[in-house]
Amino acid sequence: MKRDDIRQLLLEELGNLAPEADLGTVPPDADLREALDLDSMDFLNLVMALHKRLAIDIPERDYAELRTIDGAIKYLAARAKD
Amino acid sequence: MGEFVMPSLGADMEAGILVEWLKLPGATVKRGDIVAVVETDKGAIEVEIFEDAIIERLLVDVGTKVPVGTPLASLRTIGQTGSVGPVAAAPPRTAAKEQATPLPPPSATIMRPAARPPGMPAAGDATRQRASPAARRIALERGVDLSSVIGSGPGGAVISIDVEKAAGAAKPRTAERGPDLAAMRRAIGAAMARSKREIPHYYLSRTIDLTKATAWLESANAARAPADRLLLQVLTLRAVALALRGRPGFNGFHTAAGFQPSERIHIGTAVAIRGGGLVAPAIHDVDRLTLDELMGRLRDLVARVRAGTLRSSELADPTVTVSSLGERGADALFGIIYPPQVAILGFGAPALRPWIVGSAIEPRTIMTASLAADHRVTDGHAGSLLLADLDRLLQQPAQL
Repeated sequence: MKRDDIRQLLLEELGNLAPEADLGTVPPDADLREALDLDSMDFLNLVMALHKRLAIDIPERDYAELRTIDGAIKYLAARAKD
Repeated sequence: MGEFVMPSLGADMEAGILVEWLKLPGATVKRGDIVAVVETDKGAIEVEIFEDAIIERLLVDVGTKVPVGTPLASLRTIGQTGSVGPVAAAPPRTAAKEQATPLPPPSATIMRPAARPPGMPAAGDATRQRASPAARRIALERGVDLSSVIGSGPGGAVISIDVEKAAGAAKPRTAERGPDLAAMRRAIGAAMARSKREIPHYYLSRTIDLTKATAWLESANAARAPADRLLLQVLTLRAVALALRGRPGFNGFHTAAGFQPSERIHIGTAVAIRGGGLVAPAIHDVDRLTLDELMGRLRDLVARVRAGTLRSSELADPTVTVSSLGERGADALFGIIYPPQVAILGFGAPALRPWIVGSAIEPRTIMTASLAADHRVTDGHAGSLLLADLDRLLQQPAQL
């Protein structure tokens, strides 16, 4: 799967969690929990959605790698199947 | 005869607007069925009924604002005889009467218990077009033939919006799903001001080492798919429920009649609303749920807070409140009791801190738990014991 596709999929899921946010203005290295005011339930829902759509395992100990847009794309691109 | 009344969905609610009937006269309803939608400062709330009954008459028109306690519909208890016709033709109430509503009794008797004379089966549906009273009135006013209107209500019944559409009126009343945040802020302000005025609060805090709890959670979650994972909040809620079992002075309602402890433990769980505002709907009987069940309830509750579809029972009957700031929150939270409750527990953000274990300093995950409680019922000694129980329970996460 291409990085651009993963980016789009990620932004879509973030948009579901924070419908009022303008994702274009979120710096790619900002902590998403701060930038989008996500709580632990939101973050778990994000992980669930990514797990479902990309069919990859995201263990809890890897959550820290998903905390920024850039970090999440890198993490997901390395594991998503083509 | 029973009545279905405008429920009190918390001490900060004085009135509500009936926005939709989901059941119509003649409908048989079971305890827990959602009968109507009411608009409040907390958004549109689905109102449940608390007994098995037959809806007899609707007493309030859609769009009407009425004070808490106003009968919205008359009921016939299933198995109850009684006059088939209307007993007392109460006119629909149309004007809101703004008044300071005294606190409802704790269980906020949404349904008055009906007498149960010997049985009579439910009346069958009439063959004529089913329509709500409001729809009939509007149809009459506008000269709309009801039989020509396609109903969108339950069982194809015509509701007012259908008649308005048919009449070409361009102002269908739609309930705004989602709360009016300015109104919610005023309501929170009013309830909290009242709490501070009437409840002599005392405050306690205790630092709790969560290292064992988080380690247990980590290993439990490692084997679980994301959809089955638990949040730390589930452990703290469960520990609160178990601690409260042995400390009834913190779980119940204080009203004019004094304090009444509650046998059941319904934890009002504070959930932030995106964009501001806060609600604390109840998760019922937390002490009787497994961690997985509790996680399911919490997930469902948060999703419905976000979507604006809370139910009346969730707002009416929390017996205690818990507010958790979460991993990015402040170190500690000292809550204001939500009347008529008598206690609120607050959890700050867990954080890694240097801690003394035995005689060594170790990094441990530490959280400050606080209790605000009502001095009319308990004092600091009892409160300390509650927090100590909570601490002890969280040191044995596998027992939760």
